[in-house]
Amino acid sequence: MKYVVLIYNNPATWEALPHAERDRIMNIHNTLIKELTASGELLRVDGLTHPTNTKTVRLRGGVPVVTDGPFSEAKEQLAGVWALDCESIERAIEIGAPLAEYDTVEVRPLMDLSGMEM
Amino acid sequence: MTEFEGVEGLLRQLAPQVLGALVRRYGQFGDCEDAVQEALLAAALQWPQQGVPENPRGWLITVATRRLTDELRGDSARRQREARAAALLPPDSLVTASPAEYPSPQQDDTLTLLFLCCHPALSPASQIALTLRAVGGLTTAQIARAFFVPEETMAQRISRAKQSIRAAGARFSMPPEDERAERLRAVLQVLYLIFNEGYTATSGPELQRAELTAEAIRLSRDLHRLLPDDGEVSGLLALMLLTDARRPARTGPDGSLVPLAEQDRQRWNRASIEEGLTLITGTLSRARIGAYQVQAAIAAIHDEATRAEDTDWRQIVLLYELLVGLSPNPMITLNQAVAVAMVYGAQAGLDLLRTLAGDDRIAGHHRLDAVRAHLLEMAGDHAAARSAYQLAARRTTSLPEQRYLDARAARLEEPARQPD
Repeated sequence: MKYVVLIYNNPATWEALPHAERDRIMNIHNTLIKELTASGELLRVDGLTHPTNTKTVRLRGGVPVVTDGPFSEAKEQLAGVWALDCESIERAIEIGAPLAEYDTVEVRPLMDLSGMEM
Repeated sequence: MTEFEGVEGLLRQLAPQVLGALVRRYGQFGDCEDAVQEALLAAALQWPQQGVPENPRGWLITVATRRLTDELRGDSARRQREARAAALLPPDSLVTASPAEYPSPQQDDTLTLLFLCCHPALSPASQIALTLRAVGGLTTAQIARAFFVPEETMAQRISRAKQSIRAAGARFSMPPEDERAERLRAVLQVLYLIFNEGYTATSGPELQRAELTAEAIRLSRDLHRLLPDDGEVSGLLALMLLTDARRPARTGPDGSLVPLAEQDRQRWNRASIEEGLTLITGTLSRARIGAYQVQAAIAAIHDEATRAEDTDWRQIVLLYELLVGLSPNPMITLNQAVAVAMVYGAQAGLDLLRTLAGDDRIAGHHRLDAVRAHLLEMAGDHAAARSAYQLAARRTTSLPEQRYLDARAARLEEPARQPD
């Protein structure tokens, strides 16, 4: 099954962390990426830029209306997306857990194009 | 339609023989497997242009052996030089091995390889990937495309699988007699998983996956040829044939799912049905009964009905009772509930579903909601049926299933509609 691990964080929390602590967290990420690459469970990893770089787009009367900043006003914003192909959602949670020390992680199955007739 | 033709078909047939010959001679399954893969790739490039060599098996063994010895010497520069040189040579000039040097082609290593690739130390995903490459002769790129993962991911999975085999100390030999039944079960399970990966594909970008269905059938045929008296091997092959026969009718032109009752049965593949029927009829009369045989028998009853309303549901109910006894499993109970409803009415089916209420293996699974919805609709409780369809649609991870379930729910919203 394919899953995404969505990593949300508050950029202010992240910016307030001492350098050494940031390095420690990044190390956890990099080690995990190596492990999952070797096990054949990792499809891709994307880190997102700071939320201030976001453009929000709405189509109004056929015209795109573009505003600066993210759609959601929450303090926590999407910061990273990991795509996995692994055995079960339990395994996906196990993978995502070490990433949730300062951040919040959501694990969601992806839609599949296969189907059984009912 | 289940055979591969030309060079590709030949290569797939030869892949396990070549690998078997190499492993017998040199051991080191993992390295041999890589070498064979390279030889297959070279042949796939060369043969269509220069013609198939007179002794294709010998050619592959020779090329794979050279790759292997180069690999063991770690001389990658020479390897590249040789690969270029090999491409310039006429095909037969490479064949130097005398027939006595390698085991005869009659000595079929397919079974030993299947046991090794489906070793219990591997995860199902790794078993599938390794089986398709080492026994099926597919390339890593083909397997990756069929499973929608990047090629590097699939390559890692295969290499990890080979490491696990080495770590488990597994050898290229038949498992001991007392483990064989259990190990064969794992092989059948892997072949069935490969089949289903292909069979559940719908349309468009999924078309490549139909090849998995054909590959699973081909490998099951090989297995059946090697173990003609094993009832479950015959049962699995029959089940695949009888199920795959319906593939042309199971999806609409837009990729939507067509339920069994609404399929255009003219489009079912008669040849596959005939072959499956002959196989399962012969097997049921002489082999020890098993779950694949019973599932094949159920598929046969569906396939024999010219119209949906001609289906012998009583017979199907009996077979499900047998199946539940053989391999109790909530998914089987779900299908049993549908059959029971067809014979004894929707309420009897719903009563059977209630026995699954406390079963963790299926609680929250969309198929439970989907079957409940179907039976509620049959019972005429359209409001409850609609909610159950909607719940199933929210829970499924399959896009075509979601479309189907949404459509069923929407149909029940039409106020003028009378109960069926």
